Amino acid sequence: LSKKIQAIYLWWHKPVIDQELLQSLPNLKVIANSGVGMDHLDLKLVAGFGVKMANAPRAVSSSTADTGMALLLASARRLVEVYHIAHSSSMNYCEADILGVEVAGATLGIIGMGSIGYKIALRAKAFEMNILYHNRTQRKAQEEQAVGAIYCEKIDSLLQQADFVMVVVSLTPQTHNLIGKRELELMKSTATLINISRGAVVDQEALVRALQTGVIRAAALDVTYPEPLPRDHPLLKLKNVIITPHLGIKTDKAMYMVTEEAVENILAALNGLSIPNEVLPS
Amino acid sequence: MWYHRPVINKELLQSLPNLKIVASSGVGIDHLDLNLLSSYGVKVSNTPFIVSTDTADLGMALMLASSRRLVEGYKMAVSPDTEYFPADWLGTEVSGATLGIVGMGTIGYKVAERAKSFEMKILYHNRNQRKKEEESAVGAVYCKKIDDLLQQSDFVLLTVNLTPQTHKLIGKRELELMKPTATLINISRGLVVDQDALVEALQNKIIKAAALDVTYPEPLPRDHPLLKMKNIIITPHIGSATKKTRCSMMEEMSESIQAGLAGLPIPHEVL
Repeated sequence: LSKKIQAIYLWWHKPVIDQELLQSLPNLKVIANSGVGMDHLDLKLVAGFGVKMANAPRAVSSSTADTGMALLLASARRLVEVYHIAHSSSMNYCEADILGVEVAGATLGIIGMGSIGYKIALRAKAFEMNILYHNRTQRKAQEEQAVGAIYCEKIDSLLQQADFVMVVVSLTPQTHNLIGKRELELMKSTATLINISRGAVVDQEALVRALQTGVIRAAALDVTYPEPLPRDHPLLKLKNVIITPHLGIKTDKAMYMVTEEAVENILAALNGLSIPNEVLPS
Repeated sequence: MWYHRPVINKELLQSLPNLKIVASSGVGIDHLDLNLLSSYGVKVSNTPFIVSTDTADLGMALMLASSRRLVEGYKMAVSPDTEYFPADWLGTEVSGATLGIVGMGTIGYKVAERAKSFEMKILYHNRNQRKKEEESAVGAVYCKKIDDLLQQSDFVLLTVNLTPQTHKLIGKRELELMKPTATLINISRGLVVDQDALVEALQNKIIKAAALDVTYPEPLPRDHPLLKMKNIIITPHIGSATKKTRCSMMEEMSESIQAGLAGLPIPHEVL
């Protein structure tokens, strides 16, 4: 069987692609990923075996942007807390204790303005938010104007002004622990951190301390490191944290589109054609 | 007046001979008998527009939380029994879906503005059709018959005020017209929906899910069937519950009260 395998469709990072596996599949031509992130793959190792790699960037952007907005709103309006109040067996609560923070007129700082970040900006603009963004490169003027986004060349400037900080970068050696103690301390004490990128982009221990001591107001995390977190992890116990199980693209529509993209990539590779979303080791 | 208390009835009005004004928090005035108050010469004010944005935001928050199974997901993420996240656990996409807005007033329109950015197809039902420019700005299509909206929508969002005409507007008939994959979101008043019919509809999978910021009564009795269902999100009437908006509401109410006591024209008077 192992000689027959020419393509692998990676579903939620499985199977694990290591030297052993690659050596056992001599006719493997392509590995197609079910999503956009490639941080779980050793790109150089795979390329060294002459195997091509592809991701699925187009299908993920709307669903992931929607997840970002869902988390932003859920955190701002304390949705999980109030859900428990409404559904609890006790009827005692003081209305004034469950006030949230306003989204309209607040400042959203988007770290990583790729396709997903830009779709978030489009949504946030409709919510009458002020938008700042930090990116490796500045976007074109028309793109900025369309969403009213202001470029912050220095991440510090964004962190100091934002009421909501949304992290939408890909995980690379440069973005590993991008948000650490220093960055959290630059943020407003009333600010919320939302992470829909990868758990390892945030220094989790620093985040726990920041949340415990009121350095920032709250966090909403669709991604952690690892996933799931160990059951005794402090993040699971904090009242001002919403964690979701990597929902990013988990919708029927997105999964269907992701699979379509992957199939396109696989067929192109097997037919010796240029692969639509090839990912090369940098 | 906050959270509909105290209850304004004949007894109370008779016992307060010098009462000049009742300033009610929020926009809804369905809890007040306007004719009764008028007969005692008492003026009424509300806080109409200040609540619109937060309420529209909450409508969107509920739609996203429901479709993406946010609360269920949270429970899974923090549960002591969770060992891994199942790969076949999916929600429903909001982007590109069809939203039907029942009641296109200030709040309904703000929901439409937000939904447009999610590339949603927007249908609306209203007593009157909105101006063409208003419709085009959000890409909203008018459904003169509510049935058309109900049959085509993936999400049905209620933003009407409660009047005798909208009482039980959504009943068994309307729920059966909805798609079995549809979600009902109510940010108006509990009585706009026939709650018993809703329970049955959810139990028999006539519709997929519901998200309610308002119920009748509030809060629901703790043994109410709605509280036990998996496909429902209930929030404790937090439409306008942000610090900033509540402060602004208080300011508006104080202004109205001061004007009422000074015999001056009352801002946000309800006639």
